[in-house]
Amino acid sequence: METKYISKNGLNEWFSQIVKSGKRVYAPVEERGKVEFKKVQALSEVAEEYIQTTQSIKSAVFPRAEVLFSYEKENGQVKVEDFNPDTVKETVLWKVHPCDAAGFKPLTAIFNWDYTDKLYNAHLEKTTLVTFSCAKADKSCFCTSVNGGPGNTSGSDVLLTMLPDGGAIVEILTPKGEALVQLAASAFEDDKGEDKSKYLADVPLAFDLEEVRARLATAFDSPVWKEQSERCLGCGACAFVCPTCACFDIQEDAHGSKGKRIRCWDSCGFSLFTLHTSGHNPRAVQSQRWRQRILHKFSYMPDRLSVFGCTGCGRCSRACPVDMNILEHITSITKK
Amino acid sequence: MSEQNIYLPYLMTIDKITNEAPGVRTFKLKFQSEEEANAFNFKAGQFGEYSAFGEGESTFCIASSPTRKGYIECTFRETGKVTSGLAALEEGSTMGFRGPFGNTFPMDDWKGKSLVFIAGGIALPPMRCVIQNALDLRENFKDITIVYGAKSVNDLVYKDELKEWAERPDVNLVTTVDPGGETPDWKGEIGFVPTVVEKTAPSPENTIAIVCGPPIMIKFTFPVLEKLGFKDDQIYTTLENRMKCGVGKCGRCNVGKLYVCKDGPVFSKEQLNDIPAEEY
Repeated sequence: METKYISKNGLNEWFSQIVKSGKRVYAPVEERGKVEFKKVQALSEVAEEYIQTTQSIKSAVFPRAEVLFSYEKENGQVKVEDFNPDTVKETVLWKVHPCDAAGFKPLTAIFNWDYTDKLYNAHLEKTTLVTFSCAKADKSCFCTSVNGGPGNTSGSDVLLTMLPDGGAIVEILTPKGEALVQLAASAFEDDKGEDKSKYLADVPLAFDLEEVRARLATAFDSPVWKEQSERCLGCGACAFVCPTCACFDIQEDAHGSKGKRIRCWDSCGFSLFTLHTSGHNPRAVQSQRWRQRILHKFSYMPDRLSVFGCTGCGRCSRACPVDMNILEHITSITKK
Repeated sequence: MSEQNIYLPYLMTIDKITNEAPGVRTFKLKFQSEEEANAFNFKAGQFGEYSAFGEGESTFCIASSPTRKGYIECTFRETGKVTSGLAALEEGSTMGFRGPFGNTFPMDDWKGKSLVFIAGGIALPPMRCVIQNALDLRENFKDITIVYGAKSVNDLVYKDELKEWAERPDVNLVTTVDPGGETPDWKGEIGFVPTVVEKTAPSPENTIAIVCGPPIMIKFTFPVLEKLGFKDDQIYTTLENRMKCGVGKCGRCNVGKLYVCKDGPVFSKEQLNDIPAEEY
């Protein structure tokens, strides 16, 4: 790892060299009061300051709908065309926040648990994350409670911390990050020795993660699940905006003799998610599905994959139409 | 070698279709690629994702024994979109198969023991691979008892094989149908599986009981086995939660922290005691 400094002009130069290199660049863009990651060509399109995009960046490596393979049927025989990793484009995610970048660790753990997922890995390999430390946070943010922080480097290839002069401290974290820096090597200067912690948002510690995990180990039959989920609509918004939720469905898109098998996002919050063909449903009511959501992220994932399924981005709380707040619910579990 | 796409199925030819019972078919499947056929290996208890191109994938066990080479079999009931799509296929046509996935029955540990198979309805297929496997290696085991029940005589699957097992002197086969499901010439038992198990009263001594069936059957059979003296580590079953990927990623088959697709589908009753029963 190496630390450098880049000036405001240097940033402009670096950005234009990245665009010129032919890589796709996605960055937060503000439109009608909402900030979302969009394909951009110029730094002027990128949102100045933002706390959180509505959607996370997980779709860069785990698209909402992706063709696993396609096929053609002819006289009872089938010809299959495999997913081709060469079709995946080199992509730079610019101005990601650390909580989004941190989502790549749990995603990678899930998609490579014993069986490696060629599609996910193809996207990951061609994606470079230029993360920007957070100077601002809101009440929904709790990254510091889940092993993260406003200047956390997990998942990032390069981490920038903006300075008052419009320049930034640049932490080059991976060979992919180094390669990106090399596109405009002269734009970078020697590290000025600034302490980045001075420029980070204050995100107070809300709960003790290991205490939550310990409580959850025996909480399956707790009444909290019913209490907390009574107003849950089962809409799945929390899963769709989550940077680590990776549950998916496999569906067929077939027309005549041609078809595709497609993977698309799904959610444990949906009643059909676990429904058996016989009509039996192991998670028939919403409280069982809410319990699965929390236990999966804070108990099963650390137990099985050694990583928590939450980065504290707070999107689920912001997106919930009935104002279920994950931070409140998690902290209330430790107080029961 | 380049990384394999775990979602890409093997192309299989349907070699033979057997109508087992109303809506229930067995497909004998052969690999279209000789290379894939030669590289393919599995063990009793493992499952796969079977696909009808144009309809999607469904999860079933591999119903044939690994001791019978060159093909695999699956048995399914026509129920939903995919199984209807599969049922519409004819001999000679192509379908997909991904697998083998999941764990296996610990048959090596069962050497020298007696085996009691208890199955209900369409749950004989996941057990049939173990039965065939045990019968093909008959000298490895002591007594073999099979208790199999279905709603009616017509609903019994593998009718030819049942005849074969009935005729073997080294197999004790007990078949039963639910009250009202018998035909005038039915010679088997009449009654629900748990009751018939109690009546058959297999000895628990140096014995493993394997139970597969609808949840209600399993629920009432476990206490009967306990009453007969079976300990929890002598009882095995398979769980059948809904799955999509089969490889621990799609997120829907877990029972507590155990994934049916990776930690199962085979579980001992001892293991089941540690996971929440309401999730299967």
